[in-house]
Amino acid sequence: MSRPVLDVRDLKKIYGEGEATVHALRGVSLTVERGDYLAIMGSSGSGKSTLMNILGALDIPTSGTYRLDGVDVSKLADRQLALARNRLIGFIFQAFNLIPRTSAVANVELPLAYAGVKPKERRRRAMAALEVVGLADRARHEPNQLSGGQQQRVAVARALVTEPALLLADEPTGNLDSRSTADVLSVFDELNAAGRTIVLITHETEVGDRAKRLIRLVDGQIVHDVRQAPVGALAGRHAR
Amino acid sequence: MTFYEVVRFALRGLSANKLRSSLTMLGILIGVAAVILLVAVGNGSAQAISDRIEALGTNTITVMSTGRGGSSSTALTKDMADALVDPVLAPDVKSVSPVVSSSATVTYEGTDHDVSSFVGTTPGWFTASNTPVGSGSAFTADDEAQGRRVVVIGQTVAEELFPGVDPIDKQVTVGGALFTVIGVLDEKSSTGFQDANDTAVAPLSAVRQVLTGYGSLNSILVEAVTPDKVDAVQSEVSAVLNQKMDVADGATSTPYRIQNASQLLETQTETADTFTTLLGAVAAISLLVGGIGITNIMLVTVTERTREIGIRKALGAPRRTILTQFLIEATLLSVIGGALGVAAALIGSSFEIVGVKPVIVPSSVGLALGVSIAIGLFFGGLPASRAARLRPIDALRYE
Repeated sequence: MSRPVLDVRDLKKIYGEGEATVHALRGVSLTVERGDYLAIMGSSGSGKSTLMNILGALDIPTSGTYRLDGVDVSKLADRQLALARNRLIGFIFQAFNLIPRTSAVANVELPLAYAGVKPKERRRRAMAALEVVGLADRARHEPNQLSGGQQQRVAVARALVTEPALLLADEPTGNLDSRSTADVLSVFDELNAAGRTIVLITHETEVGDRAKRLIRLVDGQIVHDVRQAPVGALAGRHAR
Repeated sequence: MTFYEVVRFALRGLSANKLRSSLTMLGILIGVAAVILLVAVGNGSAQAISDRIEALGTNTITVMSTGRGGSSSTALTKDMADALVDPVLAPDVKSVSPVVSSSATVTYEGTDHDVSSFVGTTPGWFTASNTPVGSGSAFTADDEAQGRRVVVIGQTVAEELFPGVDPIDKQVTVGGALFTVIGVLDEKSSTGFQDANDTAVAPLSAVRQVLTGYGSLNSILVEAVTPDKVDAVQSEVSAVLNQKMDVADGATSTPYRIQNASQLLETQTETADTFTTLLGAVAAISLLVGGIGITNIMLVTVTERTREIGIRKALGAPRRTILTQFLIEATLLSVIGGALGVAAALIGSSFEIVGVKPVIVPSSVGLALGVSIAIGLFFGGLPASRAARLRPIDALRYE
């Protein structure tokens, strides 16, 4: 069995001090295999966003260990952390978070630029990533000229352009209508079918049902962990 | 990621917000240009004042009588003037010009003109008083000795009496006598309210004969060999005059008064310096206000883009790259804005501002440019480095 992409042990996150202390995570342990498609569900305040931010190395846990592709993230310095975010993780936000007034292709190129890829190669790979999400013809458009679904697909292209070990999506369909949701989810299905590991947060059951494995988070703890399809299976079968 | 690419990122960042970038640059431009121009105007007026005083001649002293009327004990006489030409007692004296002057009416072909100062003197006066002859020629020592009635007139007189006519060799009537115009003085800048060009100069002997009579002199203009010998000349002249006028050693008052052009220049320069300091203070305040403007815009720009910094960090941008990008943006804004400000000031200084020709002070250019660039860098860099140090999630949540 290959090394797990994600290995989290007894993760805790505490906000505030004294009376105002909030235990966002109360000891979460989780292992995710390569090629898996994991959905995390939970009501608001259950700690799912906190967990996601820690998994994406955007935030640091109060205690617990987090191994990303075998590397202990808590031991990394700022520079190496930046490298880990760049090479190992593709993060997709609920609010898209594209750089404003910058064309779609330039947005997708950004992680490659920080990775030090040459401009020509960068352009080629960015266009290829836009092709995957079906937006090659909108490469020159700026974010405010794209619909919500298109913006999110640009964000997906940006997340996968560095070919990271892990795609993290924080409620990627939360701001989208049902058609755009279907577009984005089918992109996820294709990516997973191509072997990418995906972890996403959602509160919509139809999104959760398409994943191969479903986790429910309540009050900062995992209460359900259900495998809906084997890791090697084609994604999305279960839902249909 | 190469430095060149970071520069391209910065340029893209600037061009993505064209209006804000250009307004920031405009703010810096105005701040820098205002400082340079204000100081230049102050400096220009100071220089104009000292130019006018230098036009009087800085290596001369003027001896005047303190007495009123022609009482013999206080009057300056031609004899005294002659006594000042003494290579033993007064070795630093280059020339001595006795001066009489009065107002007179000059008439030419029925046109009258009242000359406010009709001067009678010796030929040395022209160089000593820094009053060159423009066209024609000055009178000679021979003219003076023979008492020939020749006159050199000022620009104003020439314009009044001879509009469109060459005045040379024309005959004018002064005090009932005919004088021949032999030259016209160069235009001279006026020191005070009096028109320095409303003058006429004739040989001392002729003026005394026709206008003033053989009484006392109005003043004696003494020229020193070099400007730094003026003080020596002043004491030499005092010594000779004290002897001639029987002034006791240590007497508190003398019957004459010595006016020193270089002393006048010093006083006036001090006044002008005060003026420049005042304008400089105003300029410093405007630079400060401009600086606060730059600070404000930089803070707003970076704060507004904290979210963008969060996105870039989430995509794997190292802190250094982000910091470099924002520093380059701040540098470009302040350097381009500052350079445009200097250019605007240079263009503005070629025009007269409220009657003063501004003269750029190089140090003010350096100071204004330096201060605005430093402020731009500091207040662009500081919040950027703070934002770059934030955890990505905090930067993303920043409102």
